[in-house]
Amino acid sequence: MSILKNREALLALATLLLIGLVAARFPGFVRPANLAGVFNDTSPLILLAIGQMIVILTKCIDLSVAATLALCGMVAALLNGAGVPLPLILALVITLGAALGAVNGLLVWKLGIPSIVVTLGTMTIYRGTIFLMTNGAWVNAHQMTDGFKALPRTVIAGLPVMSWVALVAIVAFTVLLTRTPLGRSFYAVGGNPHAAVYTGINVGRTQFVAFVIAGALAGLTGYLWVARYAVAYVDIADGFELSVVAACVIGGVAIAGGAGSVAGAVLGALFLGVINNALPVVGISPFWQLAISGSAIVLAVALNAAQNVTHGRIILKPQEAR
Amino acid sequence: MSETGPTLRTIPDRLHSRMTRAFRSWETILLIVAVAVFMINSFASPYFLNAWNLSDATFNFTEKAMIAFAMAMLIIAGDIDLSVASIIALVSTAMGIAMEAGAGLPVLVAVGLATGLLCGALNGALVAGMGLPSIVVTIGTMSLFRGISYIVLGDQAFTGYPDGFDYFGQGYIWWVFSFELVLFGALAVVFWLLLHRTNFGRAVYAIGNNATAAQFAGIRVARVRFILFLLTGLTSGIAAICLTSRLGSTRPSIATGFELEVVTMVVLGGVNILGGSGTILGVVLAALIMGMVTFGFGLLNVPGIVMSIFLGLLLIGVIAVPRLIKGK
Repeated sequence: MSILKNREALLALATLLLIGLVAARFPGFVRPANLAGVFNDTSPLILLAIGQMIVILTKCIDLSVAATLALCGMVAALLNGAGVPLPLILALVITLGAALGAVNGLLVWKLGIPSIVVTLGTMTIYRGTIFLMTNGAWVNAHQMTDGFKALPRTVIAGLPVMSWVALVAIVAFTVLLTRTPLGRSFYAVGGNPHAAVYTGINVGRTQFVAFVIAGALAGLTGYLWVARYAVAYVDIADGFELSVVAACVIGGVAIAGGAGSVAGAVLGALFLGVINNALPVVGISPFWQLAISGSAIVLAVALNAAQNVTHGRIILKPQEAR
Repeated sequence: MSETGPTLRTIPDRLHSRMTRAFRSWETILLIVAVAVFMINSFASPYFLNAWNLSDATFNFTEKAMIAFAMAMLIIAGDIDLSVASIIALVSTAMGIAMEAGAGLPVLVAVGLATGLLCGALNGALVAGMGLPSIVVTIGTMSLFRGISYIVLGDQAFTGYPDGFDYFGQGYIWWVFSFELVLFGALAVVFWLLLHRTNFGRAVYAIGNNATAAQFAGIRVARVRFILFLLTGLTSGIAAICLTSRLGSTRPSIATGFELEVVTMVVLGGVNILGGSGTILGVVLAALIMGMVTFGFGLLNVPGIVMSIFLGLLLIGVIAVPRLIKGK
């Protein structure tokens, strides 16, 4: 029964089961249009979870992704207000996101500061910077141009652009992680940093690249988020980093590094996305979301550990008869 | 090459004398910084040097510092607890439920302490008992504990705590010395004794430096780590009682972001984030510095979010600067 040992298959099964349970009472939930809506809602989480997964692969963690998203989203809204054309805005927010990720990466790479401390710090610095730029003011829908707001919603071949961005990212990063030397080096660095050094991989530089990728994805998502919800303020996506880490952990990404897949992270994100979308449908208050994703993290990490238990080898057996 | 006889050399058994080491220690640097902050503040604002104002300022850090003592020991042992702020929210909510049910003062306090211990026990069981990584577990329980508060309260709040409950956060024991300040001092002494004067404290350092070696040296590693999580839970419970009493109400968003400030306090206090070293004295000094900086900024009308930027810079700076100077 190898399919039962395949983590991604199990998770996909659990997600389908969840959808089935909701559908049993509310058949409307499984209409293709609604499922596409759920996927679209989950797209930001998928994008960030992919970036976070790569960072976690290299034995690091990035708690600043939500703050990076918020800062880039605000910058996008402000640039739009200043009349900068959309393609340039996109290029700028992705660059800004990458630069913010590079700051995290440099502190980890060059100074050897643990990533949790670095990103705990930059999390408040990045979010505080939004306040410094705006003095706490909001950028509202009427202050954004129509083109700026329309892009994520534009439907191409039945799906909005936001969903397409997530799909492209899923394919691109699957290829990057499984088919390129850089992708394999992420696994090598997390799996065994010492061995990675001996095979000629620069551990710090690889971690730096992971942070830059996570930052760039957060930057892009920042624009999508602000344009879709048509509002930008200091606290957007507050606490979203926890959902992102939750998606990775649920998706079987090992927090100690070296193990995980894009498919896992995406399924983890979809699992949370289905729960969040199903709660209002089955009539449970959205105040339950936080506790549910918290329990999901704890359960998932416990299951991960239970799966990876390595029993000590018995090297000396007591002999009954000599 | 000429033949020379063996030259006599003096090899010191320790590199620096006790005095030099004390002078060069992190605690000394912190003391200098604390004095500097104190003097800058006195010059910057005419309202700073006033016994009652200074006493008010202590409320900025006392609650966080109580947790920081336990967190320092936990980090020295190589773990971390990011759920402390959420424990405060859950403890405060539990006390609110007890209050609605008509519980008196002693029961409220008991409920608060018990809930804190229970939260700590859950973290401890998951980390020490099941061997799960503390970062992920406490990120999970961080949303779980606060999530339960949100389920109970939603957008509501508990208010109307009984008479006498306000003493914990607003009462004064003598002159300008508030109950919280005295409790902070008492806990500092207790944790100093526990970490620096007991076998348990030595075990904490041993585990932080090498858990496997500690295990083989006969230390019950899992039990010590479990107790450390109980202690952070308990101190979070104590802090929650003080904070709830001071605010006079419970909202699910209570103490948001405290975990960052507590960890910053501990790291600023010279505790190695990777475990193995650190002192309670350092944490006390770091608490004083952070309290005075926050208070000084407040007097100068600096908004809270700017202070949090400063805290973030401080957290990274205190680790980065020594590494930059040493050339990594």
